[in-house]
Amino acid sequence: MKPLEAIRIAWEAILKNKVRSLLTMLGIIIGVAAVIIMVAISAGTEATIQDQITSLGSNLVFVQGAMTRGGPGQAPTGGLVYDDAAAIQDGVSGVKAVVVEQNSSETVKAGDVTLEDVEILGTTTGFPSVRDMDISEGRYFTEQEIERKTKVAILGYDVAQELFGDASPVGEYIKVGNTQIAIIGVFKEKGLVGNTDFDSRIYMPISVVFQKFTPSMFARFMGDSVRMIYVEVEDGVNQDTVIAGIERLLVKRHDVTTDTEDFTITTQQDIISTRESTTAAFRSLLAWVAGVSLIVGGIGIMNIMLVSVTERTREIGIRQAVGATPADIRLQFLTEALMLSVVGGLIGTLVGISGAYIFGALSDMRTVIQASSILLAFGSAAAVGAFFGYYPANQAAQLDPIEALRYE
Amino acid sequence: MSATIIETVDITKIYGMGDISVAALNGINLKIEAGEFVAIMGPSGSGKSTLMHILGCLSQPSSGQYILDGEDVSHLDKAQLAAVRNRKIGFIFQAYNLLARTSALRNVTLPLLYNHVDAKLSVEDGDQKARAMLELVGLGERVNHQPHELSGGQQQRVAIARALINDPVMVIADEPTGNLDSRSGEEIMNLLHKLHGQGTTIVMVTHDPKIATHTQRTIVLKDGVIDTINHNGQHHPAAEVQHEAA
Ligand SMILES: Nc1ncnc2c1ncn2[C@@H]1O[C@H](COP(=O)(O)OP(=O)(O)OP(=O)(O)O)[C@@H](O)[C@H]1O
Ligand SMILES: [Mg+2]
Repeated sequence: MKPLEAIRIAWEAILKNKVRSLLTMLGIIIGVAAVIIMVAISAGTEATIQDQITSLGSNLVFVQGAMTRGGPGQAPTGGLVYDDAAAIQDGVSGVKAVVVEQNSSETVKAGDVTLEDVEILGTTTGFPSVRDMDISEGRYFTEQEIERKTKVAILGYDVAQELFGDASPVGEYIKVGNTQIAIIGVFKEKGLVGNTDFDSRIYMPISVVFQKFTPSMFARFMGDSVRMIYVEVEDGVNQDTVIAGIERLLVKRHDVTTDTEDFTITTQQDIISTRESTTAAFRSLLAWVAGVSLIVGGIGIMNIMLVSVTERTREIGIRQAVGATPADIRLQFLTEALMLSVVGGLIGTLVGISGAYIFGALSDMRTVIQASSILLAFGSAAAVGAFFGYYPANQAAQLDPIEALRYE
Repeated sequence: MSATIIETVDITKIYGMGDISVAALNGINLKIEAGEFVAIMGPSGSGKSTLMHILGCLSQPSSGQYILDGEDVSHLDKAQLAAVRNRKIGFIFQAYNLLARTSALRNVTLPLLYNHVDAKLSVEDGDQKARAMLELVGLGERVNHQPHELSGGQQQRVAIARALINDPVMVIADEPTGNLDSRSGEEIMNLLHKLHGQGTTIVMVTHDPKIATHTQRTIVLKDGVIDTINHNGQHHPAAEVQHEAA
């Protein structure tokens, strides 16, 4: 029998039992759709992480203060201070730029608009380049303004919108806490990176934050304490060498040992790999779900094919009588099983693509449809059809023509 | 005179094993020449169908030799037997055995699907040949009818057209009129006579002695052996058709 004939016969057999065929295909449809949707979700997550890597600025090392409580009779020591940043800049080789951040939270007023609990971020001049932020209007503050503790601010995109709407805020004054601040610039929209909303903050010289907005007397006593120092490593310099250099320097400056360090150093790579291992776990779970679904679909196909072989015993006998060889019969039923799984695979692909699209549109997760996942899902569906279709097809091929013809 | 189509040497068929085994055929020696019309008779259980299955290459003898159209087919495997059935044998069954929900045309072209020898025959040529066959059996107007839209006699005629599509060396018919009323049965017999007149070799099982007399030879089986062979006079096939039609 020619393969084309086998396909035609299989197609007719499937059409003769539309509802049953559709139900049989359901497992395959779900399996294939699951593979495509899930791969789309995990690819979307990866793309989001990739974007974050880019928006964090490349080649960054994070030095974070870890508050340690001193022993009895000792004053608590508190992480990083502003001078550490300068020391890192001057004392560690391979450092391109250092940025310091100290934050606070204040009530902000502009005219008759009042915003509660706005994050105030005190930072240094390297911030826009290290964190990859662009000014859309006005300018960023200068080194001189930090030294002179000039009361100026750059607004995040959302804060500017909320305080001034579409009017230009540059040259206006706002009241942060009790302090009058001049606005000299606005950042372009940046969005959410990780958990940080760059657009709903107000950026100021770090010296102003130390002087005016340091949270408590205690913290003030601690000196110019900073939350975080960002170190940008020079291109082509090994990050680990720089990290070791920073560690050596800070251990000496803080008078601690490597066991009692009051700071932690992390790299972007650390953050990324944590996220990636989560995604990988998620992905392997999904792969299992999809795999099980495909196998269940395959068993469904096998079940229906066995029923079909029994129901059509007489037909098989007739075909054998007029000259169908066992190979012809096997081909016919194998083609039918394959066609069920391939058509199921096609429907599943359509469901999967539209499902991934709808999921991406309705949830805040991103989905990226991967061509490779479609091929993989489709290929596995066909393989499942061939695998689970073989046994029933072989049963059919081995029927005795006389018995088959006698079957009622 | 003409070629020998069937030659069997001591064919036996034993069903089951050990104590409960049944010898359905017990040494059949038979020779049928090309162009013959032979009836096989005998009481129920005498082995007629069993013999027909072996002659039709649907099953293998337990022992003995079967030479079909000059080819020893006693030891062929399933696939080879299937090919022999396709090329050399046309079946007509008591129960018609047409594919349900399939048009008369597609039923007749069914053997062409499995014809690996004339694989060059295009679908169009095959369909044309099938139409010609349906024309021959008087169903030129029913090409697209499905079995459930046809009478028993008409279904059996579709089966005959199917039996002829691959130009077989012989037609094997197991009680072809068994399910039909006498009028339809007679029509089928006329058709078989007509085919015989055109040179087709036919071996037919029947219970009806009247029908058997219309053939050239009657072989009577009893308990798995040939009991008697009757020569039914010298009917001229053409005269037979006229006689039946009258
Ligand atoms: N598959 C089988 N297994 C066991 N015994 C069988 C089988 N087929 C036939 N027989 C036995 O072989 C013998 C011959 O059977 P067969 O069908 O050839 O008879 P028959 O002459 O065609 O009878 P009928 O006129 O009733 O059709 C019977 O005794 C039957 O029981
Ligand atoms: Mg019988």
